[in-house]
Amino acid sequence: MSLSDKLFILFGGICALLGIASVIGFALSRKVTSENGRATVENLNARIKAWWVMVAIFAVSFGLGRGVTVVLFALTSFYTLREFISLMPTRGADHLPLVAAFYVLLPLQYWLIWIDWYALFTILIPVYGFLLLPSLAALKGDPEEFLLRVSRIQWGLMLTVYCISHAPALLTLDIPGRPREGFLLLFFLITIAQFSDVMQYVFGKLFGRTKVAPVVSPSKTVEGLVGGGLAAVAAGAGLWWITPFTPLEAAAMALAIVAMGFLGGLSLSAVKRSMGVKDWGTMISGHGGVLDRMDSLSFAAPVFFHLTRYFYT
Amino acid sequence: MIDLVLIGLTRFIVGGQAHWIGASPDTRQRIYFANHASHLDTLLIWSALPRLLRGSTHPIAAADYWGKGKVRRHIALKVLNAVLVDRATQGPPGAALAPLRGVLAEGESLVLFPEGTRGNERLPGPFKSGLYWLSQEFPEVELIPTYLDNPSRAFPKGTFLPVPISCTVRFGAPLLRRAGEEKDEFLERARAAVGALASDPVA
Repeated sequence: MSLSDKLFILFGGICALLGIASVIGFALSRKVTSENGRATVENLNARIKAWWVMVAIFAVSFGLGRGVTVVLFALTSFYTLREFISLMPTRGADHLPLVAAFYVLLPLQYWLIWIDWYALFTILIPVYGFLLLPSLAALKGDPEEFLLRVSRIQWGLMLTVYCISHAPALLTLDIPGRPREGFLLLFFLITIAQFSDVMQYVFGKLFGRTKVAPVVSPSKTVEGLVGGGLAAVAAGAGLWWITPFTPLEAAAMALAIVAMGFLGGLSLSAVKRSMGVKDWGTMISGHGGVLDRMDSLSFAAPVFFHLTRYFYT
Repeated sequence: MIDLVLIGLTRFIVGGQAHWIGASPDTRQRIYFANHASHLDTLLIWSALPRLLRGSTHPIAAADYWGKGKVRRHIALKVLNAVLVDRATQGPPGAALAPLRGVLAEGESLVLFPEGTRGNERLPGPFKSGLYWLSQEFPEVELIPTYLDNPSRAFPKGTFLPVPISCTVRFGAPLLRRAGEEKDEFLERARAAVGALASDPVA
């Protein structure tokens, strides 16, 4: 089976799943009567609709190739970094480091991925960004909360640019005997991370009782985590045929993605709580901001990238 | 064409979502008066207005910024429909208002920044008296307090490139005129109406 055949089947499968979800959503909207239930179902249907759009965007960019896919992730980083910085208090002296973050480091990171300069893209932000940002902030001579301000920008860059960029970096991996199959690895990563989120939400809504971290994230439950996580691991094992992994290895990889995704969602919930907000933004209706959808992927991408690179290339 | 590019760029860099809190978009003649934080302000309010209102709403822009250079001047006059005001005008009080009166006399709407200059604070500084004189001379015109959130962070004074930080434009309920109200009282009330639209500062 050729790469495009596989992608065709995969996106077809996703569309079938979304089709079923849309039908269920429609049926629920007919059945539900209580005020509270209606709000939940409305939010569910808004989420499903947004999923259609997001899947379409990914399908088109995959179809158009590596360049467009890298640009799509660069834009994702741009919007998530914008959401992150917008919620953080910044001062006038942060302007120069922010210019560097948005207009220099972000494009540079994705350019390095485009030209496949592994040795540099893995240290650009953790090392050179780390040195550059405080220097630029200090040049402005405003010591008020200096460490806090510089750390926020560095953290935002690590999360939204550095970590997320490891997803399209999968396209640069050379797996022996499997040319150009980075798209399938990327599909695997995104699908498992998002499917895990969705299933945790579904299991949590249906069976959720025991809260994992009530203060940080009231919506995360043990039942949701276990049920959703197992469903995602099963889905990962079922997708072994598009990966260089055996079914068991694929399940283990999916488990790593689920675990990191969960930790990402939890950590970013803690950040949101500390800022006193519920969502990162309003760009994707029903879901909140872009970062609300990317939090799990952001934590999972570097780990999945390194596991794959270390064991399979 | 240029207007679509400008709106696209504004949305991409700073968002500029419109929140109609106390008023809805309407073709009725209005003066939108807003806090002033950056050179983005004119662009933000203009792109937050529905297309239908954009053509008949004229932002007041400082001639010493928007009038400089061919491109900027063209954008200000031809795309934003701005009225350029020379902030250094000398003469009898209210002389600088002449071009604004002209716009209102033709039945069109205005966007005004009564502070006169850009500030760095969340809440607007003292208002200049122009808003008062215009509200007296044109009693039929609705006065809409408008709050711009974040442009001073996205494009602080003294920098030359805006950074991507989401800004919002909030339109409040029309400010009602009170019979016999003194100028300073009115201006203070107008300022408070804009300030009331500012949300709690984050963290």
